[in-house]
Amino acid sequence: MRFAPTEEQAEFRSAVKALLVDTCDIAAVRASWGGEVGRHTEVGQGNGRVERAWKGLADMGVLGLLVPEADGGMGMTQDAFVGIAVEAGYAGLPDPLIETAAVAPPVLASSSEPLASELLARIASGEVTVGVGFGESPLVPCASTADWFLILTGTAAHLLDASAVDITPLSSVDGARHLGRVNWSTAASTVLVSSDSDAAVLTAARNAAVTFSSATLVGLSHRMIDMTVEYVGERHQFGVPIGSFQAVKHELADAALGVEFAEPLAFNAAHLLSVGEDATVAASMAKSRASRASQVASDACLQLHGAIGYTVEHDLHLFMKRAWALSRQYGDFRSHRAVVRRALLGS
Amino acid sequence: MDLTWTESEQRFREECREWLRANVPAEPLPSGDTSEGFAAHLEWENLLHSAGWAVVSWPAAYGGRDATLWEWLIFEEEYYAAGAPQRITQNGIFLLAPTIFEFGSRAQQDYYLPRMSAAQDLWCQGWSEPNAGSDLAGIKSRAVRDDERGGWVLSGQKTWTTRGAFSTHLFGLFRTDPEAERHRGLTYFLAPLTAEGMTVRGFGRLDGDEGFAEVFLDDVFVPDDDGTTETMAAGGILGEVGQGWGVAMSTTSSERGLTLRSPGRFRAAAARLLELAHDQIAAGVDLDPAVLDAVTDAWIDTEAYALYTLRDVTGVVEGTPAGARSSYNKVFWSELDVRLHEAALDLLGAEAELDGSWMHGYEFSLSGPIYAGTNEIQRNIIAERVLGLPRK
Repeated sequence: MRFAPTEEQAEFRSAVKALLVDTCDIAAVRASWGGEVGRHTEVGQGNGRVERAWKGLADMGVLGLLVPEADGGMGMTQDAFVGIAVEAGYAGLPDPLIETAAVAPPVLASSSEPLASELLARIASGEVTVGVGFGESPLVPCASTADWFLILTGTAAHLLDASAVDITPLSSVDGARHLGRVNWSTAASTVLVSSDSDAAVLTAARNAAVTFSSATLVGLSHRMIDMTVEYVGERHQFGVPIGSFQAVKHELADAALGVEFAEPLAFNAAHLLSVGEDATVAASMAKSRASRASQVASDACLQLHGAIGYTVEHDLHLFMKRAWALSRQYGDFRSHRAVVRRALLGS
Repeated sequence: MDLTWTESEQRFREECREWLRANVPAEPLPSGDTSEGFAAHLEWENLLHSAGWAVVSWPAAYGGRDATLWEWLIFEEEYYAAGAPQRITQNGIFLLAPTIFEFGSRAQQDYYLPRMSAAQDLWCQGWSEPNAGSDLAGIKSRAVRDDERGGWVLSGQKTWTTRGAFSTHLFGLFRTDPEAERHRGLTYFLAPLTAEGMTVRGFGRLDGDEGFAEVFLDDVFVPDDDGTTETMAAGGILGEVGQGWGVAMSTTSSERGLTLRSPGRFRAAAARLLELAHDQIAAGVDLDPAVLDAVTDAWIDTEAYALYTLRDVTGVVEGTPAGARSSYNKVFWSELDVRLHEAALDLLGAEAELDGSWMHGYEFSLSGPIYAGTNEIQRNIIAERVLGLPRK
């Protein structure tokens, strides 16, 4: 029994953290906003990507972590990725990391198509990103820059080239998301994996999206809490730092408490994915808690920043808006609790 | 990550399970916080001790079986899953013993620990006072040096002493330096409740049990330790004179953390909650979906707590104990316990008020956010010592 990353995993995570501190600082997150969509054009002129960070992640092997060694990856398991997803959240990395590096590779690796193998190699090298969507015409983050799309319906995983889909750009509250509504039509040629042949792969893809978005939310929440701890320690009112007031302390303690107990649920779900067990309930437990904890944290952190937090000049909103989006993408806290409820009580 | 048990751990689990199956009383004992129930629980403690299950993680010489922390966790899981009786010895074995292991002399360990595991000495905690609860450093009870007789003279009043009326010994903090303030000048004393000058008055708790007591000390003499059993039988000091606060804090993190509330306890309660929900559904009781969500929330939080504990224990085993983070632990389990019981009462509906095990469990759960340092104090500790907010 050992509930902790291996020494190697912990070192790798630290190296990724250092890379992101260097390549994905707040200025880079801010610059990734904007482009042609919506009401955020004044914030940045970016396309939702932080190219330096992405290149660094490719060079370190993060993008190929779950890609088989035969396809140029590291052939590692999901428990090596979960801590990295937390760090990506902490950094506010807008790129489609969990989709490209954690959801898509196992699905592609389950296919014997030469295209899948080729794509895996290009994921590992950082040449392509994969947009992932669930359902008929899904909302996909970083849709405008995605090279390929993996669309999961209840019965199959479809793989489509960017030229084979029709993308309607939509403005997200988080201007770094570069969201698109992806319209596409199914054809025999689009099916990569069907539930008839490999239902477990489809389930695992859903569970990976749920698990790693939970881990990302844990990182985002930690970041918002750290920013708030710093702010309330500096901001003086009534002649003292406002962080010395008990009302402030308790609100932050509660925010931290929720995150503290959501994190092991996400690590547990990643572990189950690693050992090939059904992680459906575990992933839903994690998302239920991480979604709620991030909402509690973002509410508290905004409140404790006061008016300065309610501006786009301050950095808090960059993380808060991502948390709003991710806490509902791939299922919100109630829908995931309902998954657990049905498993426990049958209704 | 490795979430599997070794073969020897699995054998240990089997051994626990078999012994408990054969020995746990079929009918629950009356509450150990009543005089009748206490006697029954004492018999149970004697049985546990004779079979070597009283203190599994202690050295064999002191009545244990040298179990690892992981095995202790397994024992706790099996213990609560089997519905075994509450541990009336817990304040000794979980709160005082870790302090004796850390701060006691070899002679003190050799004397006190075997008597504690055998339930010969039954310890209660003498910390809170009428004016020092959450603000524990406000302790007024004093110990005055008596050089002539060679020892200390204790006076003052301790209160909210769980099972004080049934216990034989008291451990607690006393002010040895009247000039010193707050955390300074305190000393950690051990004393028999049979000593001259000790008066124990029991009183009823919210749940109707008579498990609370206040202890009055009127010039109770505790002799200096000369290493003989005679002086140790009459009490003693743990750690150095004046260092009591630091000594006591090692105990509070055990109380807040996992030793007092192992996840096995909540897993057993969550399993019973689920069983109750299934029964009510099967009986066709009209339940609001929100009640089933509350059941699910309690289940998820129990799982989160169990996993969190695995992480904590991994940290302890690898030399990075939780420290102030144990305050997260205490807030979480105590509030989880209340919500879990509230969900059960909601499942029972109008029948919840019947004086049954769920109502009793609910009443008991309400003490969790209060004892071992109120949750308000724990949130201060989280904010100041974990997150790093300014104290003033």
